[in-house]
Amino acid sequence: MCVELPMPFMFEKPLGMRDSLPLLYERKKNLRLAVSGEFEAWGYQFIETPALEYYETIGEASSIQNQQMFKLLDQQGDTVVLRPDMTAPIARVAASKLLKQQVPVRLAYSANVYRAQQKEGGRAAEFEQIGIETIGDGTISADSEIISLLISSLKKAGFTKFQISIGHIGFIQQLMLDILGREDRVSQLSNYLIERNYVGYRDHINSLALANIDKQRLIDILDLKGTENILEKAGALLEHNRGAEKLNELAQLMQQLKEYGAEQYVSLDLTLMNTISYYSGIVFEVYAEGVNFPVGNGGRYNSLLKKFGRDTPATGFALRVDRLIEAMGTLKDQAEIECVIFTPERKQDALKLVNERRAGGSRIAMQDLNGIGDLDSFTKNYSEVHYFIGAPGKDETP
Amino acid sequence: MNEMLTMAMPKGRIFEEALELLRQAGYSLPQEFEDSRKLIIDLEDEKLRFMLAKPMDVATYVEQGVADIGIAGKDVLLEEEPDVYELLDLHISHCYLAVAGVLGSAINEAAPKIATKYPNVASHYFREQGEQVEIIKLNGSIELAPLIGLAERIVDIVSTGQTLKENGLVEFERIAEVTSRLIANRASYRLKEQRISEMVERLSKIINK
Repeated sequence: MCVELPMPFMFEKPLGMRDSLPLLYERKKNLRLAVSGEFEAWGYQFIETPALEYYETIGEASSIQNQQMFKLLDQQGDTVVLRPDMTAPIARVAASKLLKQQVPVRLAYSANVYRAQQKEGGRAAEFEQIGIETIGDGTISADSEIISLLISSLKKAGFTKFQISIGHIGFIQQLMLDILGREDRVSQLSNYLIERNYVGYRDHINSLALANIDKQRLIDILDLKGTENILEKAGALLEHNRGAEKLNELAQLMQQLKEYGAEQYVSLDLTLMNTISYYSGIVFEVYAEGVNFPVGNGGRYNSLLKKFGRDTPATGFALRVDRLIEAMGTLKDQAEIECVIFTPERKQDALKLVNERRAGGSRIAMQDLNGIGDLDSFTKNYSEVHYFIGAPGKDETP
Repeated sequence: MNEMLTMAMPKGRIFEEALELLRQAGYSLPQEFEDSRKLIIDLEDEKLRFMLAKPMDVATYVEQGVADIGIAGKDVLLEEEPDVYELLDLHISHCYLAVAGVLGSAINEAAPKIATKYPNVASHYFREQGEQVEIIKLNGSIELAPLIGLAERIVDIVSTGQTLKENGLVEFERIAEVTSRLIANRASYRLKEQRISEMVERLSKIINK
C-alpha cells in the first residue's frame, strides 16, 4: 500500500536562518574537507569554541555592530551573545590557555557565526566561516604565509578565478593623521572609504580647511591601487617619511608572495578599510568570480589580544562557506549513492551485497520494495539500483 | 581586456545625458541608440552591454552583480544604501531632495505626516531634526498628498520647482543635492578593475573640463 505524503511545506524559520538540504550539505562538506585539509597540511590545528559567549568580553571585542548581535540572558542574568565572529573567541582561548605553552600558535576553525541582518529578510544571519589565526608572530613572514595558505586552499577547493586585494590600515591612518591632525577627523574621512564612497570622500576633502597641496595628497590616496609599483607613489605622499616602514612591510610582503608563486592572485589597494576596528596593519579582502560580496577577508590585529590580558601580535583570515558555494555555481552534481531494493524473502541476499559494498567504501542504502510509493521517482535519487525481488535464485532485475 | 562590461542605465532623461557623456569620453555609441526599445543592448566593438532599468532599480542590479557598473542618482543611493562603490560624480541631472508643503501651512504637532517616495531618506532626515513623524510611502504624484490632506509635508526630488509651483506648493528645506553617480559592484570592481578604471579615467577628464 502506498503512503500518501502531504504536499511539501516549509515551516517558518526565524529571519535569516536557513536549512542545508542534502545536496547543499554535501557541497559544503566537500569544500570544508578540501580547505581544512590544506590548513592541516600547513600545520594548523583545529579548535572549537562555544556558540555562546559573554557579551561584555567577546561581544565588545568582536567589533561587530551591537545591533547585529543576537543577545540573550543566561540563568545568572548575564548577557550572552551568539558568537558574531571567531577571531575574538580564539583570541580569548589563545590568551588564556595556549600561549603559555608555545609561541607562536597556528589555529584553525570551521564554525557557524551569527549576525542579525538589518536588510531585507533573505540574507543569512547564521553562516559558516572557515579560517585560521596565527597568534604570537609579528613578522611579515606570518602575513605572507596566511595569504599564501588562503590562495592554496582556494585552489585546492577548485577555484581558479579569484583576487585578493591587500591594504595597510596603519599606513592610511598615519597618512591621514599627519594631514588632518586629529583622530576624530581621521575617522570621519575614513568612513567614506569604509563605505566605498569615493565621491563623498572627494567632496568631504574639498570642504575641509586645508592647504591645496594637502587636499591633493588626500585625494591622491584614491590612486594607490595596483602592483607594488604604487608603493613609490605612496611614499611620495608621506611627510618626513612617517609611515615609510609600513610601505616597507607591504614591499616585503609582495616580495615574499612572489616567492610563494602567488603574485597573480594579489594586488594592492591602499584605500582598503573596513568596519572591523581591531585590524591594525596589513588587511585583505578576497573576491571570487560569480559572487558579488567578498568571499573572505583577513588581516593583522596586533592589539586585540591585549583586551584578553596578553599583548601579542596576531594575524588571520576567514572564508565564508556560503559565498564560496555560490561562486561554485549551480548545484548539479549528485552524490554517488547506490540502493538495494528488496522484498522480505530475499533480504538475506540483499544484506550480503550491501555489507560487501559498504566494506568496500561505497555508500549504499537498503529499501524494502513495499515501502516505496512511486518506484520511478524513488530510484531517480540513486546512482545505481540493485534489485532482490521475488523467490530466491531468480533474476535480479525486474 | 576582452571581457564584456555590463552597465545598468536608468531609463529616461538621465539616460540621454549619460549617453552624451560617454560619447564625449570617446565611446562610439550608435546614434539610433536612444530610440531603441530594447532593454538589453550589446555593443560588440566597445565590449559593452547596456541594461535599461527603472532608475530606482539600477543600484540593486549593480549591488547584486547582474551589472558590473551603473549610473544611479544620488537620491537612489541615499534611499537604498546599496553596498557598492560610488566612483564618480557625473555632474549630470542636477536636482535636489527637499521638504515641501502648502504655503503657510502648519505641521500637525500631534502626528505630523510626511508623504514620500523616499521613506528611508525622509525618516532619517526628520530623526536628525528631532521630529517625530509618520512616513507615508507613495509611488508617484507626491504633490497630491498635501493638497488632499493625506500629509502635511512631502519629501521629494525637485529639479526646477515648476511642479511644486503649479500645485501651489513651496519648498521649506533642502535635504541633499542630487546628481548622477557612476557606481560599481564590489566584486566587479576587483575582477574587472582595468576596464572600470579606464572608464573612470575617461569620464573624469570630460567632467573636469
